[in-house]
Amino acid sequence: MRVALFITCYNDLLFPEVGRAMVILIRRLGHDVDFPAAQTCCGQMHFNSGYQDACVPLVESFVEAFAGYDVVVTPSGSCASMVRHHHPLVAELAGAAPDLADRVGEVSPRVLELSEFLVDTLGVTDVGARFPHTVAFHPTCHATRLLGVGDRPTRLLGAVAGLTLVDLPRSASCCGFGGTFAVKNADTSVAMGLDKVDDVLGSGAEVLTAGDTSCLMHIGGLLSRRRSPVRVMHLAEILASTGSVS
Amino acid sequence: MTAPAGDTGRRPRPSHPDAEPTFAGTPPFPEAARTALADAQLRTNLGRATSTIRDKRTRVVAERADWEALRMAGAAIKDEVMRDLPALLEQLETAVTAAGGTVHWARDATEANAIVARITHDAGATEVVKVKSMATQEIELNEALRLEGIDVWETDLAEMIVQLGHDLPSHILVPAIHRNRTEIRDIFIDEMGRVGRPAPAGLTDDPPELAEAARLHLREKFLRARVAVSGVNFAVAETGTVVVVESEGNGRMCLTLPEVLITVMGIEKLVPTWRDLEVFLQLLPRSATAERMNPYTSMWTGVTPGDGPQAFHLVLLDNGRTDVLSDATGRQALRCIRCSACLNVCPVYERTGGQAYGSVYPGPIGAILTPQLRGIARHPVDKQTASLPFASSLCGACFDVCPVRIDIPEILVHLRAQVVRQSEASHRLPTGEGLGMGAMAWTLRSPRRLGLAERLAGLGGRVVGRRGRIRRLPGPGPIAGWFRARDLKTPARESFRAWWRRTDGGRGGPR
Repeated sequence: MRVALFITCYNDLLFPEVGRAMVILIRRLGHDVDFPAAQTCCGQMHFNSGYQDACVPLVESFVEAFAGYDVVVTPSGSCASMVRHHHPLVAELAGAAPDLADRVGEVSPRVLELSEFLVDTLGVTDVGARFPHTVAFHPTCHATRLLGVGDRPTRLLGAVAGLTLVDLPRSASCCGFGGTFAVKNADTSVAMGLDKVDDVLGSGAEVLTAGDTSCLMHIGGLLSRRRSPVRVMHLAEILASTGSVS
Repeated sequence: MTAPAGDTGRRPRPSHPDAEPTFAGTPPFPEAARTALADAQLRTNLGRATSTIRDKRTRVVAERADWEALRMAGAAIKDEVMRDLPALLEQLETAVTAAGGTVHWARDATEANAIVARITHDAGATEVVKVKSMATQEIELNEALRLEGIDVWETDLAEMIVQLGHDLPSHILVPAIHRNRTEIRDIFIDEMGRVGRPAPAGLTDDPPELAEAARLHLREKFLRARVAVSGVNFAVAETGTVVVVESEGNGRMCLTLPEVLITVMGIEKLVPTWRDLEVFLQLLPRSATAERMNPYTSMWTGVTPGDGPQAFHLVLLDNGRTDVLSDATGRQALRCIRCSACLNVCPVYERTGGQAYGSVYPGPIGAILTPQLRGIARHPVDKQTASLPFASSLCGACFDVCPVRIDIPEILVHLRAQVVRQSEASHRLPTGEGLGMGAMAWTLRSPRRLGLAERLAGLGGRVVGRRGRIRRLPGPGPIAGWFRARDLKTPARESFRAWWRRTDGGRGGPR
């Protein structure tokens, strides 16, 4: 099985430690993973902001970068949903090459979010991790509603040695990140985020985790401004861990 | 309003002292939302009301094992209506006319309002009682009739609270959702006496007492009115039957007591056959009020001699709907049955309330319906309208609950693209956002350029970041809003891409 890592542009720049955790985790489970250097971005920000024409070249370079792999695994439910649900729409836009829809049809169904890859493709829930901390899981909207990852992430967390998983009230409610929504409607975004922060602080968790660093960047930014000791970590970082928080 | 020169006809003499407030002048959504977010009482009222109805809806929907099949059927029936709309409307007209009703066609709000005013004048009436109706709110019928010297009395409890309070609605189903019972008592005490029977002395905010006050106030209007105005929930093309569903019974009073009934109907409210009602009469109450069945379902077909109104007028309203129909993606919005489930689950609506949307259609459905009804597909729209498709985090909760499966996030993104195209077409030079998006797309088209940009960002982050976080960026800039309440993690000194190249994916080279 040829596995490629789609790091996503913002993880590449802001959270390279998430990518390194993905590599460590996948190798520990006995599979090699490639990083096709030609990859850049799924185009979600442009697509969702109304600049859909700008996505055409990004989708073209995406299918080129990842053609030929059996599985493309990514630490983002949101970017995975962009590829699986919206790349076929972009391929229908004027200006797209006539065969782009076919190439997208080949590549995009193979793009999996981390928990889908671990549970469905590799068939594991116990990844041999140890993380002796109290953790709350934030189910992100696109992973939940567009990919339907369901309880895969919490099954993975439930098998981590030493980890205590606590419930978040109103967990299905959006944290308010929403891509450019976070700056175009900053006040509403912050109001939604602060309610999420209150729920996190009330849960007693030391660590908030999720399958999307974008949402964690928003919630974490609010926590950091409040000087809260609660940390945000991507699911991959916890699953890659074999000791305690560094 | 002044009469045109040379007009010797009857001048409008409004008898209501106050003009009905309208949404005109609402600022763009981000600004209107900021004002709403600062209102702590509003946040409390809304949070409590929406979470209650959300939980109840989840419970009653879970009772139905065939809920998904019902949703599919609802969407399919409505899509069939959109496909065959002209023929179905003519079939409805034939059936209503054969049953003794009169059908009128209104291209827009002005035509519809004029038809209702003329029928009311012809009946010799100076007042009408109203059943709760979104279509008549959309065309601002109340204000149009007031200017014609006709008093309009809203009889739905919540609509009456809004009207008495000189207020604007904030929810499709529960227009006074932003009010708590103490505020309602104060409105009753201050306002009822100005327009009819005053509130009983010593009125408290006990809900049964408030309901009794409303009942007494409305009863004299029901018994006096000769003309009623309603909307419709469904109209059956096959039989000419019009359906109104409600909870309070005020609608039943309006639909049975007066001599003349005028019904204003958006042309998308059709269902082809009687049998189709079984789907919608299951979908609507569970989605709207979280009831298995609504308390009152009124159905009438034309006129029945000796029973109920002896004159029935059906006004078919376009008002932008055929424009919506012409957009293959956007037309899904015409499936809407006005249940409000999308409002109740929306995390944005829950915080801002409905008035921030500047339309009688608030929340997620309003964010896709209002711009389309205002003609976004045909011509540039104003800034407030253009802000609506962006008033969403695209979380998708609305699509999950929509009983007719309107893919609201898909349409929001579709409308955002229309806004961007209009903005680009109306500016000779690219906008700041357009330039930024273009520069980012150019960078992202090439892994080499992206790598370079990441190195620059890493260097920049070291300049503005402190202890791994950025608290603000110098200057205003497009993302200044981020830093009002949030820090940002400093870009990494070494991107993942650079790490992979340096260490051969962690296999070799220096770690």
